[in-house]
Amino acid sequence: MKIVHFSEIVKAVKTMCIEANYYLPEDIYDALKQSERLEESPIGKDILKDICINADIAKEDHIPICQDTGTAVFFVKLGQEVYIEGGLLEEAINEGVRQGYEEGHLRKSIVENPLYRKNTGDNTPAIIHYEIIAGENLEILIAPKGGGSENMSKVYMLTPSQGIEGVKKAVLEAVSFAGPNACLPVVVGIGIGGNFEKCALLAKKALTRDIESSNEDMRMAQLEKELLKEINNLGIGPQGLGGTTTALAVHIETYPCHIASMPLAINMGCHVNRHKQVRL
Amino acid sequence: MDKIINVPINKEEARSLVAGEKLLLNGVIYTARDAAHKRMIEDYKEGKPLPVEMSNLAIYYAGPAPAKPGQVIGSCGPTTSGRMDLYAPQLMEWGQTMMIGKGLRNKAVIDAMKEYGAVYVTAIGGAGALLSKCVTEMSCIAYEDLGAEAIYKLTVKDFPVIVTIDSQGNNLYDTGKKEYSK
Repeated sequence: MKIVHFSEIVKAVKTMCIEANYYLPEDIYDALKQSERLEESPIGKDILKDICINADIAKEDHIPICQDTGTAVFFVKLGQEVYIEGGLLEEAINEGVRQGYEEGHLRKSIVENPLYRKNTGDNTPAIIHYEIIAGENLEILIAPKGGGSENMSKVYMLTPSQGIEGVKKAVLEAVSFAGPNACLPVVVGIGIGGNFEKCALLAKKALTRDIESSNEDMRMAQLEKELLKEINNLGIGPQGLGGTTTALAVHIETYPCHIASMPLAINMGCHVNRHKQVRL
Repeated sequence: MDKIINVPINKEEARSLVAGEKLLLNGVIYTARDAAHKRMIEDYKEGKPLPVEMSNLAIYYAGPAPAKPGQVIGSCGPTTSGRMDLYAPQLMEWGQTMMIGKGLRNKAVIDAMKEYGAVYVTAIGGAGALLSKCVTEMSCIAYEDLGAEAIYKLTVKDFPVIVTIDSQGNNLYDTGKKEYSK
């Protein structure tokens, strides 16, 4: 058994909140650089260049890449052999968010009741997804999520007869609908299967994968490739102003599902597709 | 070559800008998001004075991140303009000539732009760090209780935007996509 103290978690989460919002992951940065070289539209090329300069400025000045420093979304893997001392895990994560968003000068974007909209003032509560795993590690991944791209995400309750073509049609429709609003170029996170809530979670998780990665199932990897090509053929381009770079990547995650169902979720990840992971 | 524009602009100047032109804005703009727009319209209905002079107004749809010590403003990219579609025609009727944001606008907004002489320009969504470097002064002028959603007066220098929908209704979102779709 391993003991992890409450204060260690608070400290790690605080640092993650700040670093995730200041420093764009290298894989995303490299993908943006490459798309800048390949983009056919002159306006699109300039936009991609500025997006890279923006990430450089944020890194150098230690300031948020985007003013929307997001909902603090966490994926937590808790080893069964871990004992957390000094308080509740959820409270430790929220305290880390509170401290990180304050000390890092990050924007507080969470309102209490969605209909009455009073800001909570400290960006809590976080949205936390837990997974119990074997062993004695506590792994915490933060993926701050901006509102612009999140608003353009969709769930489709497809039925089995719609098949691969149905999935493709829905994804292209969702990307077209998201269009200029989602801060293009995007990473498209897709969840297929599970049920209503599971597919949405898969789509969100898909956004945290390394940008160069492919699904382990060759058939899904092929579908990722085809969708990326078809999305970029739409011509929507950087910021929606026309061009050949609409998406940087398409990531699909799947899960078994009911004989009657084929749920599909599409989570748009803007070009500031931030995430950061630590292991305690 | 980017066109240098002093803001605010009047209706004639707004009508002279063409979709696809790249501009560098210099002068004064005001931030306002959904909450501030909603309150301005409510204030007006209740007979209260409006917090800013509407004539020739340039509004930036943005809610900046807090400034660090020594910074004028925190990261300050545009938010999604569509959320202001409900309110924008009223503001143009009052005299607003420029909207700065990102993303699509509805027909009512575009019709109002044609009718009153206003232009819609976009800044790069997600480029908040870069855009913060183009703000030289910032002060809160109304609705301070709204925090990031309050109305801030910004003095900008060479603030980069692209004319996306002009007062003739030419829309770069449509023409750009058409040009590159395969």
